Amino acid sequence: MKALCWEGVNKLSVEEVPDPTLRNDQDVIVRLRAGTTCGSDLHLIGGYIPAMRAGDVIGHEFLGEVVETGSAVRRHSVGDRGVVCSFVGCGRCWYCANDLWSLCDNTNTNPGIGQALLGYETGSVFGYSHAMGGLRGSHAEYVRVPFADYGAFHVPEGLDDTSALFASDSVPTGWMGADLSG
Amino acid sequence: MKKLWWTVPVLAAGAEAVRRTRSAHRSDDRAGERWLTVTIYRPPEDVGSDEKLPAPLDEFADRIEVRVRKAPGDRGTELAARFKEPVPAASASLPARLAGKDPRQDLRRALRDTKALLEAGEVLLPDTPPTTRPTPGGKLIELFTRRSGGEGAM
Repeated sequence: MKALCWEGVNKLSVEEVPDPTLRNDQDVIVRLRAGTTCGSDLHLIGGYIPAMRAGDVIGHEFLGEVVETGSAVRRHSVGDRGVVCSFVGCGRCWYCANDLWSLCDNTNTNPGIGQALLGYETGSVFGYSHAMGGLRGSHAEYVRVPFADYGAFHVPEGLDDTSALFASDSVPTGWMGADLSG
Repeated sequence: MKKLWWTVPVLAAGAEAVRRTRSAHRSDDRAGERWLTVTIYRPPEDVGSDEKLPAPLDEFADRIEVRVRKAPGDRGTELAARFKEPVPAASASLPARLAGKDPRQDLRRALRDTKALLEAGEVLLPDTPPTTRPTPGGKLIELFTRRSGGEGAM
């Protein structure tokens, strides 16, 4: 498949990379229908986020069609249209259970790097450095979505892709900012 | 010179990581004897006991002590483990840890796996095959990613 890869500071390129595969029973694979660029992608491009490797696929705001499901997935079926949260949460640790999903204890596969850099590891974010989990990003034709029952949401009929896409990151980010400021 | 800009955040991050690691070790000469602890958001009866260890800890059974107790603040259960024989200082040194020779790295991984299995039902695996290509900076990050599951405060 084709994907947008980080190649170095201020250097991106579209590359042919291997398709993602199901790695865990709670994964789904989605085919991208819509994706967008976040301001946070600029931090990667500008070199302000360490722990990037040449060839890493970036991108974390997306909506797609489910094309494959793991054996433990219960809320999604092949053909479903879903918008995916940028952060990956397991849905069952203390942080997820208390709506602090970005601190999920079980989704960062590189916890030691996050701890060394930040003092405590975050949960995983699609395409956002190896310090934040090392998962592939969404500027690609296909994306693997771990713990999809908790981080991917059905898009109702009648709502177009472009409108639903912003539920991935932009809307919740703005909502949280407004909520925190009272 | 412009091409070397990327090294600035990498070096700064590396220096900060080493600073944190060294200060943590200086402050505790008995780090090798410390309990390693995870808090699992499940009741104690789901976690097990020192007689009935969770599966990821099975391979350490003869070599570790285990403590299971209710966590404060309704956060579930604290599962703590440490080696019966203190880890030699040489095994806990930075070079040994970078080489993956510190036995506490495997124990930390096992504790994290236990927590993930009990809370989420599976241990998340990284994407494969990788899309990256080898570069000098990338090889350094690859080394850190190989070790990171066994590192960090617990």
